[in-house]
Parts: sequence; structure tokens; C-alpha cells
Amino acid sequence: MSPAPAAIEATELHVSRGRTHILRGLDFTVGPGRITGLLGPSGSGKTTLMRAIMGVQRVTRGTVTVMGIPAGSASLRHDVGYVTQGASVYGDLSVEANVRYFGAMHGATAADVTEAIDAVGLAPLARQKAADLSGGQFSRVSLACALVAHPKLLILDEPTVGLDPVLRAELWERFAAMAASGTTLLVSSHVMEEASHCSSLLLLREGLLLAQLTPAELALRGGSDDLERAFLTIIKAADRGQAESEVAS
Amino acid sequence: MNLRMTIATTRRVLEQLRHDHRSVALILVVPALLLAAVYFLYENETLPPRFPRTFDRVGLMMLAIFPFVVMFLVTSITMLRERTSGTLERLLTTPIHKADLLFGYALAFSIMASLQSLVATAVAYWVFGLDIKGSPGFVVMIAVINAVLGVALGLLCSAFARTEFQAVQFMPVVVVPQILLCGLFVARDDMNQVLEAISGVLPLTFSVDALKEIAGNADATAALWQDTLIMGGIVVGVLVLASLTLRRQSR
Repeated sequence: MSPAPAAIEATELHVSRGRTHILRGLDFTVGPGRITGLLGPSGSGKTTLMRAIMGVQRVTRGTVTVMGIPAGSASLRHDVGYVTQGASVYGDLSVEANVRYFGAMHGATAADVTEAIDAVGLAPLARQKAADLSGGQFSRVSLACALVAHPKLLILDEPTVGLDPVLRAELWERFAAMAASGTTLLVSSHVMEEASHCSSLLLLREGLLLAQLTPAELALRGGSDDLERAFLTIIKAADRGQAESEVAS
Repeated sequence: MNLRMTIATTRRVLEQLRHDHRSVALILVVPALLLAAVYFLYENETLPPRFPRTFDRVGLMMLAIFPFVVMFLVTSITMLRERTSGTLERLLTTPIHKADLLFGYALAFSIMASLQSLVATAVAYWVFGLDIKGSPGFVVMIAVINAVLGVALGLLCSAFARTEFQAVQFMPVVVVPQILLCGLFVARDDMNQVLEAISGVLPLTFSVDALKEIAGNADATAALWQDTLIMGGIVVGVLVLASLTLRRQSR
């Protein structure tokens, strides 16, 4: 069996916005049908990387492809879903109307709409206006609007912010089930304990890829089973390394 | 173009409006109230026999100007919200075509504009006895074209505003000059050359011209169709310009 093409492949990826050099040469591949975590301190370029993969951020240099096709190509628009950090939905529409509208772009049926709303646990609130929901519920509307399209690649920017632990666990179960059925997920998070749900991790720091490893390898390299502590150890080591190289130069 | 996505967009925009009872009420009732104000302003004018009332001239033009102003405002704010809330960027990552989005918007607001001008025209005819030679159907037609013009300009201007405050400031820039120079206050022939030249390229001028044709003739004239055609061309041109402001990618 020939290996399936990489879900995402970045080569020498540079992105600058104005004078800021945000992504400074990333090389990595993300395998299909699994959950990849994108971790890094705030300002490390996580959102910019996700936007580049979605094709909404112009790439300055290098390439990024999705399922073998240049990111942002029209032919990919049926297959990729993006849930932004701030929920991009219509506050003045009901939950159902939001999901129905985004579903209409992909030819979703009424059953798809109901399924997507059920999946995020908003069935009892389907007829409520989105703006009247709590923060966590509001962001789940945004997730449902992506799920309704049954994307092959789902990009989630901090999807569990503001969710209670029970709901967070439920969502991760759902993500795992989606990955098992072949969906590729790229999930950014700053909650390190969530890293254990991913099968692979991309550690980003100041626009550079610090490491691509599994949660087990992260624990090993960081010398702690507490992934947060392990992550901090690696970041600090990198900071030291940079300081030394600056002194040397 | 994909009809399903266009219709879905129209439906979504109308649904958003439906939740906003106050805006719907303002859109439908305010023009009729302003028309009443115009009527009573000229109520006591003394006219030579057979001379048309000022209301028949000014009121008629108001019927076409209201939808333009209202739809310009409603559209520029709605579209600005779409841009700032991230929903526009999200939509553009889906298979929707820009034209589906723009025509969806234009269709939704034209439906609102038709309702608005039906109410206003009915009030003008039945309450205030508007007296013109042409058919009210043509008046509604011009009003709807004006509304779509407002939608198109609103879509375009929203690209140049970062906040709703700025968006509203575009009204004095885009709308007021057209009202001043369209021939409502001073006939175009009486303007100085510079103003007349400017007036000649402003879209609202053509609709006021068309209304004069409707007021003065029982049947549609060639000039009416010519004005209508020019208006239609301008609307399409502005919509194309607006579509250029919808970028799938940020720099």
C-alpha cells in the first residue's frame, strides 16, 4: 500500500505581515486521519500558521499544501473547515439558522444540520439566538458550523477555551472519533494537558518550529510527565540556546 | 454563480432583519412619515390654476430617494459587521462565490426596498393624492433600482470603513452630494457648468430624470428606458467594484 499523501505539508514557510516576520521558515508534514496539536506561547504564530493553511493568509515565501494541493485552492474549499478563535457566526441568527446557512455552502441536508448541532450539545438551544448564548455555547455554534460540512481537514483555533471540563472531555472524544473515521484535525491550544489527546504535536516558538513529537516524547524530552512542565523546560532550553548564540555572534 | 448559495444568503440576510423588529419598522414606516411632512410643508401653498402642486414634484422624488438612502445605510453597516465579525472571511473559505454573496445581499435588500416603496407609494397616492401622469408601477420600479444602487454603494463603501462610526460618515460623502445635485433643489439646466457636469455622472440624477419622464407622460418614454438602462449599468459596475473589495486573502 502506498502511503497516503500528507494532509498538510509546509516547506520553508515564511509569512510576514507588514514589517513583522511572523513565521520564519517552517518545515513539517501532518499525517492524515489523526489529531495534531499546535502548541506554543501566545504570539508564537499559531493562528497565522492556521490561516496560511486555510489560504486566508498570504504566504511570503515557501509553500504550504493541503492534501497535495496548494493551500487556499478553490478545489479545497469543500474539504477544509476552519473554526477561528473568536466565534465567526451571526449573533443575530438562531443556532439552527447559522448552521443551516454555512451548511448550505456545502449542500448539507436538514439531517446534517441537526447532527452538527447535536454533536456540540446545543440541541436544546437550537432555536435560541446565538448572541443570547453564553460564551462557551457561542463558540460551539461556530464549531457546529464547521462540522456540518463534514470536512476532511478541520482546523480548530483554541476550540476548548471557556468550556467546562465535562464538555471539553466530550469534545475531545468527538475529535478522536472524527480522526478515527479519517478526518485530519489540527488543533491549537495553550492548555497543555490537552496535548495528551493528540497523536502528534507541533511546538511553535517565535515563528520557528521547536519540535514535532508525540506527547510521550514531549514528556521524555522535557523530563516530566506533567506536559505543561515538560513544555516549559523545552521552551526555556530554547531561550537559553538563543541567548547563547546571540552572545556568540 | 450558484443559485442555492445566493438564495441561502438572501434568506439569511432577511432572517437577520426579521429578528430586528425596530429596523424593519423604521424601514417601512419612516419614508411614509417623511412624505407626510413634505405634504404638510406645502399644504398651504397658493398656486395658479392648473399649476402642479410642489408635493407632486418633491414628494415623487422623495419616493425614489428614500430607498436609496436607507438601503445605503443598512447595507454598509450590515456588510461592515460581516467584515469585522470574521464571518466574511469564514464564508470566503467555503465554496461560495463572491457574486453569490453580493447578489444574495442585493436581492434581500431589494425585497425590503420593494416593500418600503410599496408602502410609501401607496401613502403618496391614496392618502395625499399624488397626481402624476405616469403609472405608479414605474415609480416603484425606479425606487427599487435606486434601492439596489444604495445596496451596491453600501457594499463598496463598507470596504473603506473600519468602524460603524466611519461607515455612517460615508453618508455625507456619497449620498448628500447626489441629493443636492440630482435636480431636486435646482433644475440641472440652471446649475453652473461644473456642478452640472458633476451632476451628469451621479447615478441619482438619472433616476430623478426618469421620474420626471414618468410624471409628465402617461406611457413609458424612450428617455425613461434609457435612464433605467444607465442606472442598471451603474449598479452592475458598482457591484463589480464591490466584489473586488472582497479578498479571500489578507496580506
